[in-house]
Amino acid sequence: MVLHWLSEACLLAGSFLLLTGALGFLRFPDIYARIHACGVTETLATSLILVALLLKSEAALPQVKLLFILLFLMFSGPTASHALAKAAWQGGVRPRATRDAGERPASPAGR
Amino acid sequence: MELLVDIALLSMLVATAVSLILVRGLVASIMLTSIYGLLSASFFVTMDAVDVAFTEAAVGAGVSPLLLLMTVALVGRVEQQPRKRHIAFPLLLVTVTGVLLIVGTLDMPPFGSADAPALQHVAPRYLQQSGEEIGIPNVVTSVLASYRAYDTLGEVLVIFTAGIAVILVLMLPGRRGSVPDDAGRQRPRNVVVNVVSKILIPFMLLFALYVQFHGEYGPGGGFQAGVIFASGIILYGLLYGLPSVCRVIPPPVVEALAALGVLLYALTGVLALLDGRPFLDYSVLATDPVTAQYLGITAIELGVGVTVASVIITIFYAFAAHLSEAQR
Repeated sequence: MVLHWLSEACLLAGSFLLLTGALGFLRFPDIYARIHACGVTETLATSLILVALLLKSEAALPQVKLLFILLFLMFSGPTASHALAKAAWQGGVRPRATRDAGERPASPAGR
Repeated sequence: MELLVDIALLSMLVATAVSLILVRGLVASIMLTSIYGLLSASFFVTMDAVDVAFTEAAVGAGVSPLLLLMTVALVGRVEQQPRKRHIAFPLLLVTVTGVLLIVGTLDMPPFGSADAPALQHVAPRYLQQSGEEIGIPNVVTSVLASYRAYDTLGEVLVIFTAGIAVILVLMLPGRRGSVPDDAGRQRPRNVVVNVVSKILIPFMLLFALYVQFHGEYGPGGGFQAGVIFASGIILYGLLYGLPSVCRVIPPPVVEALAALGVLLYALTGVLALLDGRPFLDYSVLATDPVTAQYLGITAIELGVGVTVASVIITIFYAFAAHLSEAQR
């Protein structure tokens, strides 16, 4: 019973985080803020949803599979966000704050 | 519940298709193509065609957008605006084709109906007797690798021919089979991605082998394993550069393996011919018919996997060689 409500709570929290991530992706001003909105919430939200499913499932095999997926997402999600942000930086995109302050963007590194 | 998932997936597919038409930047449209592939893969999963979904996720969402991106890196990223746009005739053509296709679907039996012609002819025999005749749980593999092994040989030959065609079209003059050198060219290093991929790539290759050898019991088989294995190698090539991946698997070796896979498949069939039986009759391989089927299916699936992986890696090499030549 406790497990059931715990899993429902995890599902709800995960869905809410996904929703905030989507909102942030649509509303945030520049690519770095958007990566932040999606990347951070996505990792946590999918982890929460997977944990919820883990609590719901009873057989051992699906649980092990879910654990593997969770592990894979823990590796791949943050790495993808990092690669995206790094690609944007190397492509010469600068955060909006420095652009608004009228600074000249530094020459893109690592070209 | 499944209906809701179907509606959500289909409306996302439609939205992706429409934005694919509207978008002008080539990189954006390639990313949309990739999303389309991923959505199709999810759709195949909801339709219980997990075997197809594997391939679609690896090729449709992974490898083919990558090849397109490499092409765009060679030719420039903005579509040229046509000077005068003749929209009437193409629109008419597309509309007529679309209407004809929709009219064509009206005659089709409802989805999943038991008296559809496709389920009347040989399908009942496959579904009911493959357990005794072939002795493996995955009916898709039985049909593909045993009942219809001749057709599958044709498919493998098509893939092999496609690989040869790409080599012929994209071969760089005077550099046949040579491993490119990266003297003096410093690639931008990305420590995080490199470390994480180093951890993950072995598991990708392991998963490909699992899909290869577990194809009789669960979703999978040679085609799926081949594309997953090739994706792992291509990922390595992307992150560490063409010279590194060419040192791991030299291009001549891949090309030879592509031919060897087809050869393994065809020789399994020829073995039956030598014994005076029909081509690809597996019963020569062992005295017990079910064991013979098992051996035959394992052999030809291995051939399929080797050929598919090698051909995809070869195509990647061909594109990547052009790209590094252009950046020189």
